Amino acid sequence: MSQELSGDPHTGHPTAGQYFRIAVILCIITAIEVGIFYLEFLGHWMIPILFTLSTGKFALVAMYYMHLKFDHKLFTYLFVTGFVLAAFVIGFLLILFGVYT
Amino acid sequence: MVQEQAVQIHGEDEDTTTGLNHRKMLMWAFLGSDCMFFGALIATYLVYQGKSLAGPMPVDVFDIPVTSVSTFVLLMSSMSMVLAYSALTKNHLKGFRIWMISTAIMGSTFIGFQVYEFSSFANHHVDITCSNPGELTDYEQHIFDEGCSAGEAHAESHEGLKPQTNLFGTTFYTLTGFHGAHVTLGIVWLLSLLLLSFKKGMITPEKNLDVDLAALYWHFVDVVWIVIFTVVYLFGVFPGF
Repeated sequence: MSQELSGDPHTGHPTAGQYFRIAVILCIITAIEVGIFYLEFLGHWMIPILFTLSTGKFALVAMYYMHLKFDHKLFTYLFVTGFVLAAFVIGFLLILFGVYT
Repeated sequence: MVQEQAVQIHGEDEDTTTGLNHRKMLMWAFLGSDCMFFGALIATYLVYQGKSLAGPMPVDVFDIPVTSVSTFVLLMSSMSMVLAYSALTKNHLKGFRIWMISTAIMGSTFIGFQVYEFSSFANHHVDITCSNPGELTDYEQHIFDEGCSAGEAHAESHEGLKPQTNLFGTTFYTLTGFHGAHVTLGIVWLLSLLLLSFKKGMITPEKNLDVDLAALYWHFVDVVWIVIFTVVYLFGVFPGF
């Protein structure tokens, strides 16, 4: 059973300082999102940029705060399966209802 | 010894068919299924976006700076939660209690923001000066056309956004309401653990899984909000989406 002891030697999880740094990164990304929202000249480029930033925040929370990066891979598979199915449901419903073709 | 403790904290090497803790497996399976639940609600919101025939639209009611602050509070509550878990694994029970109460307070603050938001949406009113209307949204233009054509000085509408107002209201309140219900349940869970920690032997570093499961749930409501904030709020006000 692999143990990644990159952070706290007792738990293998990040240290309090690392958790704090991740929180700062999350706040900075949120501030960038809100800032970008007001940059009208970006036009439709705004959508992929905001989508990418949001995905980054999601991944940071899931990997570090939810410990998926350090826990057994089966937990990741369980969560990602639900997430991917949800993404497919959203995508196919949007196509089915002609929102995006 | 350190290795043994790390194994316990990860919920692995259990005497089960998978070698993993069943409660933790169940929690991850539940979170996966909850992804699909929120996926269905987000899909419904997006399918009906822009299909409302009357009433306020997202651009009329959303207040992005206020929602950004509530998003910040929820993100900080996630950090607080993970620090509570970290304190428990180090047997710092006092630190655990402080971070747990901080998390519950920030969660309650988020709910407070949501109550304020729902209340301001429901009481949304428009008052347009006919001689100087300024830049109008489609909804405001509609009110202007109806109210100012009769030679009135002002055109007003007190029709707020309620679940029954239009498709936007129905899908928006359903999605964000269910998320708010998840956060509320999470707060109750956190406070229960906090109370249990005052009972000797109930919350200990060895029994960290109880807190770990609550933390997973709490972080999950955070990641769902990350998606809702971008898709519903930021994209919702963007005219090209």
